[in-house]
Amino acid sequence: MAECHPVGFRWVMKAKERGAILIHVDPRYTRTSAVADLHVPIRAGTDIAFLGGLVRYVLEHERDFREYVVRYTNAATIISEAFRDTEDLDGLFSGFADGHYDPTSWQYEGIPIVPAAGHKEVVAQLGAGKREDHELDRVVNEHRDETLQHPRCVYQILRRHVSRYTPEMVSRICGIPEEQFLRVARALCDNSGRDRTSAICYAVGWTQHSVGVQYIRTAAILQLLLGNIGRPGGGIMALRGHASIQGSTDIPTLFDLLPGYLPMPHAEHSRDLGAYLRSHRSASGWWSEMPKYMVSLLKAWFGDAATKDNEYLFGRLPHLTGSHSHLQTIADMADGKVAGYFVIGENPVVGTVDGALQRKGLRELDWLVVRDFAPTETAEFWRVAPEIDRGEIRPEDIATEVFFFPAATHTEKDGTFTNTQRLLQWHHKAIEPPGDARSDLWFAYHLGRRLKQRYAGTTGERDLAIRALTWDYPTEGAHEEPSADAVLREINGYEVATGRLVDGFTELTDDGSTACGCWIYSGCYRKGVNQTARRKSRTEQSWVAPEWGWSWPANRRLLYNRASAAPDGTPWSERKRYVWWDPGQQRWIGHDVPDFFADRPPGYRPSGDARGLATIPGDAPFIMQSDGRGWLFAPSGIVDGPLPTHYEPQESVIENQLYGQQCNPAREQWVRRDSPYHMAARDRRFPYVLTTFRLTEQHTAGAMSRWLSWLSELQPELFCEVSPELAAERGLVHGGWATLSTARAEIECRVLVTRRVRPLHLDGQVVHQIGVPYHWGGVGRVRGDVANDLFPIHADPNVHIPESKVCTAQIVAGRRSQGRTAVIDGPTAIGGPDPGPDAVHRRDRPGISADTAPRKLEET
Amino acid sequence: MTTTLGFFTDTTLCIGCKACEVACKQWNQLPDDGFHLTGMSYDNTVALGASTWRHVTFAERALDGDPTNGARIAWKMMSDVCKHCERAGCLEACPTGAILQTEHGSIYIQPDVCNGCGYCVPACPFGVVARREDDGRAWKCTLCYDRLQGQLEPACAKACPTDSIQFGPLDELRARAEARVELLRVRGLDAHLYGEDGEAQPGTGGLHAFFLLADEPEVYNLPPAPAVPTHGAGRSWLAAVAGAAGLAALAFGSVLLSRD
Repeated sequence: MAECHPVGFRWVMKAKERGAILIHVDPRYTRTSAVADLHVPIRAGTDIAFLGGLVRYVLEHERDFREYVVRYTNAATIISEAFRDTEDLDGLFSGFADGHYDPTSWQYEGIPIVPAAGHKEVVAQLGAGKREDHELDRVVNEHRDETLQHPRCVYQILRRHVSRYTPEMVSRICGIPEEQFLRVARALCDNSGRDRTSAICYAVGWTQHSVGVQYIRTAAILQLLLGNIGRPGGGIMALRGHASIQGSTDIPTLFDLLPGYLPMPHAEHSRDLGAYLRSHRSASGWWSEMPKYMVSLLKAWFGDAATKDNEYLFGRLPHLTGSHSHLQTIADMADGKVAGYFVIGENPVVGTVDGALQRKGLRELDWLVVRDFAPTETAEFWRVAPEIDRGEIRPEDIATEVFFFPAATHTEKDGTFTNTQRLLQWHHKAIEPPGDARSDLWFAYHLGRRLKQRYAGTTGERDLAIRALTWDYPTEGAHEEPSADAVLREINGYEVATGRLVDGFTELTDDGSTACGCWIYSGCYRKGVNQTARRKSRTEQSWVAPEWGWSWPANRRLLYNRASAAPDGTPWSERKRYVWWDPGQQRWIGHDVPDFFADRPPGYRPSGDARGLATIPGDAPFIMQSDGRGWLFAPSGIVDGPLPTHYEPQESVIENQLYGQQCNPAREQWVRRDSPYHMAARDRRFPYVLTTFRLTEQHTAGAMSRWLSWLSELQPELFCEVSPELAAERGLVHGGWATLSTARAEIECRVLVTRRVRPLHLDGQVVHQIGVPYHWGGVGRVRGDVANDLFPIHADPNVHIPESKVCTAQIVAGRRSQGRTAVIDGPTAIGGPDPGPDAVHRRDRPGISADTAPRKLEET
Repeated sequence: MTTTLGFFTDTTLCIGCKACEVACKQWNQLPDDGFHLTGMSYDNTVALGASTWRHVTFAERALDGDPTNGARIAWKMMSDVCKHCERAGCLEACPTGAILQTEHGSIYIQPDVCNGCGYCVPACPFGVVARREDDGRAWKCTLCYDRLQGQLEPACAKACPTDSIQFGPLDELRARAEARVELLRVRGLDAHLYGEDGEAQPGTGGLHAFFLLADEPEVYNLPPAPAVPTHGAGRSWLAAVAGAAGLAALAFGSVLLSRD
């Protein structure tokens, strides 16, 4: 976090000054480790074993926050008799067939379907469109045993599930001493409970795995058991990888989501609005309100053309026919199935895995549009690429038409950032963008305007969506810049008849009388005030600082904060008082906007026939869930298991020590000759664990940092980090060169030999890890090979995030030979003449004028 | 003279992010110093110079044995800067009067007066000041003299996310630093101040940009007992006088003795 979020880390340092203990779990010793109290260097890809070990410790030593667990989680809920755990099936859950799970046997006893909030419809998941009878959606009066003794209650199932995740097993899998693991376990337990809370912060080191979602699930289970969710100083913070990337999932650029995490409709399962709503909403819990958000979204997009009779033009939305994820699209592009591609503010041939396959895909496109500040490696794929340097591909043979549009920076346009903590902050335009540079909003608006003009005279049914789109944002200035302010107002939502801005999503309806661009953002412009632009200093308000910016939902700063109070509504402790029930006012009050019905008393219990929001009891903080409880066990919504399980990465150096099932059985993979996997543990050809990381000085795929001299001089060259032991074994010289190879590609980099990397001892063998930062590419003021070219196209099945944090690799001393490819000649073959320091400059490089001439990369 | 202002850099709060280096370069529009991987941990800047006025040092210190915190090293980081010495060697060496002490007590090189003679360069015991090859003049940290005119804090102090770099009146900073050292020692850290006043560092008269270190000064590339060249001047003169007197005594003595 110190490396990648140095400004946010300010608050960690302040917590440390107030006595917080800082534990850093990372394969590498980084600048965060330097200020941490404890660094735990686990093997990349083994966090579920580590966290699962912590879960087992909490359960075995009964260190869980019992009252919280019994009342606020589904620990007491009894699961179907048909359920079988990984302990029964050597690494599989019941219901596995043909590469995916049928979760029928995972449901609560007596309830055929327990819907998950916001589940997506890519695969026909439970709850997706097959039933007519929505009675089955309500989760009330489920079977529970609050003594937690019933063998099929979640608590006992969980205990059994992690029973073999002992400290000794953790040591064997993760490669750390048992004593270190126990130190973490004791520290966490000692610092959780009524009076103390612990927080977990994670980033892409957790998400970029084939079991990434299950990593987060394990942390959620741990934090629920310890009573840390919804409480100040607790929780799980997902540190995102880029400014406003939270916003890019809230108002999504993701294929399977609509704004506010509404599911994108599926062509087969959601043929009409009714089917869609039936299959996605729940009859209990807050997600029962979902139809209001969907209809209001359609009204925002299609305006007057959207009526009840035409189902608000739901049928005109694009519907999914399968996975259209980034990785699937790459595979489709490589197979010639994609005609055109917009790449906006992203540089996938550097930032995403398997660059060779990506560039193959780009070569198959008819057209490519790239918007960025400067030409990126993605924009320049047709002349800057390893395969071009090797002579395998010639630019003149590539037929793709490439358009590059310069983009305005955030200081050259109005808009918002939505960052990791769900906080929206408005930013004001300070100067005009130079030359032809324009904002993304300008581009999208004018493209849409031109499309609408083009389609204005058509009559075809399938063109109706474009004709009906409301596209009347005011524009200003010589460039006709659309008003971001107007867009934000639409996102907030308004009454259709009057235009009055709504105060929040509780005012939205499903009868077409309201419009709202994103329900979770509703309220960001309440009372006609741009709440996101507020900047009251923290010295002038409470420590929660609710008047700085605006946080979704409804300016709540801490989600599920009802859990900061006991079931009876009193705070768990004075020290951790946050939100509580005031009997005098008959309201929930406190330091934050209560994440609960303001006037629902703790003692409220739903009647037998209660529906929708009325089903949420007064002591159920997790209102988004159909049963109002935190899910230790997830009966639906996750495609690879109701409980997290340690699986080895796709490419691993060792067998799974716990199960015969080596890898995630439901993982996404693409079996292709042009992109092989290396799936042989203990293979001398690729015996090392490779991981990627970031540096403070550079930023993501380099487009924003490798053109700036002041950043580039701080970290000028691609390097790898190896332990002194590995350096001795492979003859690597500190400051020298090395060639890193995997089953797909090879790169060259400088070598840093450092004690910050340490060998691991796993099940009798010494395993070395290698870390490489992924910021470099062939375009920019400073250049280098692309580290992500090494990694396979292979992903988590829930969210399609690639496993770019771990694979198997080989390392040899010396520079890459231009004429050699590891896959062809073998990873350890050293052949061909040293190409010399000019090797990376062989082809013409774009966009560098005489007065910004690059400096030569010098070899020391 | 107005209040003496300075920097207190608490290295125990430094996370090595180099925001200070970038903020300084950006505010002062300094050129880059080349793009070379040095292999010196994460320090590719190497030293302060004419175009680098903030420099973060990184020292990977091997820890012996098997410490229970899991690490094999400690990583010590520090944002180095011109020390703005109370008794500045560069100022004393400058023959043109280009280098002066401002109303804030900072040491400032007037670029329109500097003739590029370079006398200041060897006179600095810390190796801070250097001449720029293209224009020949000597350059170094100005304690953001221009920002101070506008009541703004120096760019590096503003950018530092953890307040490792603290800016303000020197006596306040000293009091804060002493309290901080006490606190850290109670926590078991071997912390000490470096250059906090003339008593601690007689060779420079004390630094207006002083540090809190958690290891020997050499680890941070700081000299343990820096002294401006004229620090020994008094003794040198006395030695010269004593030597001359001694020689004179010998000479007179031998003449007197030989007269017999």
